[in-house]
Amino acid sequence: MGSTATAKIVALPMVDKHADPEPVAVKASAAQMSASEIPVPEPEPIPTVSLTKVFLGLLGYVTRERIITALLACISIGALFLFWYLGTKYKFEFYIRFKNVPTPYEVYQQLTQVGLSNKYLFNIAMSVRRILFGFMIATIIGVPLGLAIGKYERVRDFFMPVVEIMRPIPAIAWVPMSIMLWPNNEASIVFITFIGAFFPILLNTIHGVHSLDGVLVRAARCLGASEIRLFMNVILPGSLPHIFTGLAVGMGVAWVSLIAAEMISGQFGVGYFTWEAYSLVDYPAIVLGMITIGVLGLACSGIIRMVGVLLMPWLAFAPGGRR
Amino acid sequence: MSMTMAETEVSKGFIDVRDMGVTFGANDNKVVAVDNVSLNVQPGEFVSLIGPSGCGKSTLLSIVAGFVKPTRGEALLDGKAITKPGSDRGVVFQQYSLFPWLSVRKNVEFGLKMAGVEQSKRNTTARALLDLAGLLSFENHYPDQLSGGMKQRIGIVRALATSPQVLLMDEPFGALDTQTRVVMQEILTNIWQQFRISVLFITHDIEESIFLSDRIYVMTARPGRIKAVIKVPLPRPRTAEMTDTPEFMNLVQELKGLIREESLAAMAPEIKDRGLSGFGMKVGPKGVGEIF
Repeated sequence: MGSTATAKIVALPMVDKHADPEPVAVKASAAQMSASEIPVPEPEPIPTVSLTKVFLGLLGYVTRERIITALLACISIGALFLFWYLGTKYKFEFYIRFKNVPTPYEVYQQLTQVGLSNKYLFNIAMSVRRILFGFMIATIIGVPLGLAIGKYERVRDFFMPVVEIMRPIPAIAWVPMSIMLWPNNEASIVFITFIGAFFPILLNTIHGVHSLDGVLVRAARCLGASEIRLFMNVILPGSLPHIFTGLAVGMGVAWVSLIAAEMISGQFGVGYFTWEAYSLVDYPAIVLGMITIGVLGLACSGIIRMVGVLLMPWLAFAPGGRR
Repeated sequence: MSMTMAETEVSKGFIDVRDMGVTFGANDNKVVAVDNVSLNVQPGEFVSLIGPSGCGKSTLLSIVAGFVKPTRGEALLDGKAITKPGSDRGVVFQQYSLFPWLSVRKNVEFGLKMAGVEQSKRNTTARALLDLAGLLSFENHYPDQLSGGMKQRIGIVRALATSPQVLLMDEPFGALDTQTRVVMQEILTNIWQQFRISVLFITHDIEESIFLSDRIYVMTARPGRIKAVIKVPLPRPRTAEMTDTPEFMNLVQELKGLIREESLAAMAPEIKDRGLSGFGMKVGPKGVGEIF
């Protein structure tokens, strides 16, 4: 007999040593397969519903791991507040100066007084609107352009030189030019936000196309995909994980750019609110502004992550995935 | 005997490769991958292409699939020159190539969707094919949730969904373990028996090629030429027991001899004549280097 037979004889006892039940299972399923020609995979067991089981399941969900994770999170945030509290209470002064820093309580008071005022909420609304416009325009231009650059050599040759020159210029450096360029303040701030978000989105999209497995494109072509359908059904979904990385990074940079722009040239907005507080020597408002920026940024990246999870359910099962 | 049956039943799916030559690179870096190859696959015939690695068998398949253009000669499908990929030729790749963002069923439906078939019809076809592959209960799973053997079964029925005239398979079981491979070969021969379409199957596994094929083309080392054509007289349907018959083993021996010569030729620059005598090394007081 040929080499496979001898190979099998050698291979099987080796398998036996490591995992005893394995070869038996293989043999059984092989026999079944030749009998019915096509193997029937076992359906997943349907879970029976019982209250105790649900309760135990929930209890199992709160594992030690999770408790430790939550505990460490609380400790780290608590430590930050404690440092702030102690620093301001004892007016800590050693190179860094806590002399003028407001206490957590003062900031809390500021929040309850100013926090629900129309002025404060209006500033938030303005910032969010600017982010929304700038970020959306960056996505609408960045993603399709990135897909085209990633796919076509000629498009890449045409656009990449400009991209490479423009990319190292930080969005903040665009402030004076932007004020000159756009007819009003609002447009120029949106533009700066756009610049901040645009390059991370563009570059990650290009990277997404390049990291797409070429065999998938070939498979789609064999299955009769036209150029447009290839884009919509293969290249776009295949690049989606990288696109979302770009969106998350872009959102972060967009906030950085926005706050800087608002501080320098703005009317209204959270950045403006913070800088105005400094000019008016309203120290608690500075910290309130900072915390507001942090919370808004966190919320925005949280939304992007959530949309990503909803749009890309398959990633949960990918190698190194969430589950 | 069943081959003649196939010929009367099936009239389409005739692959004809004529005087094919493929050269990569230019001038100094020029590599002749395939040289003067002619082969054909009759309608409904299962043909394997076997040869040492790097002999250009995958290049040949890429040409028939329409990914690569030949330097010389032509490839025809039912008399028409092949110029680009199309759904008249189903292709199964070694790396599974399932779309990870689509459910198993949507993967199988993909070709039909591209052809503009309506949703309900796509659904019915895909479910029937998944049932055939024994994977209907996994229709809503994602490919990453499945084993290699399951993925490749989906790859096969996905390629069959658009009712192609030929199936091109590029070492489809190369990434599977031996046990799964053997079972997959049986499944494939069963599926082929039902569809009766022409298959061009690339492999470097001798037993696999004999078990599956009506005819086997043996290729030479680079530049790839056709060294021999071997008819497999085993009856259909093929069963696992046939691999123990003297007929089968004689074929294995015959093919082994042919392949061995070519593998040696392919590796000649690396091993010269010394490699075969166990590297022929003597370890002297100054170490291994002494003999060189």
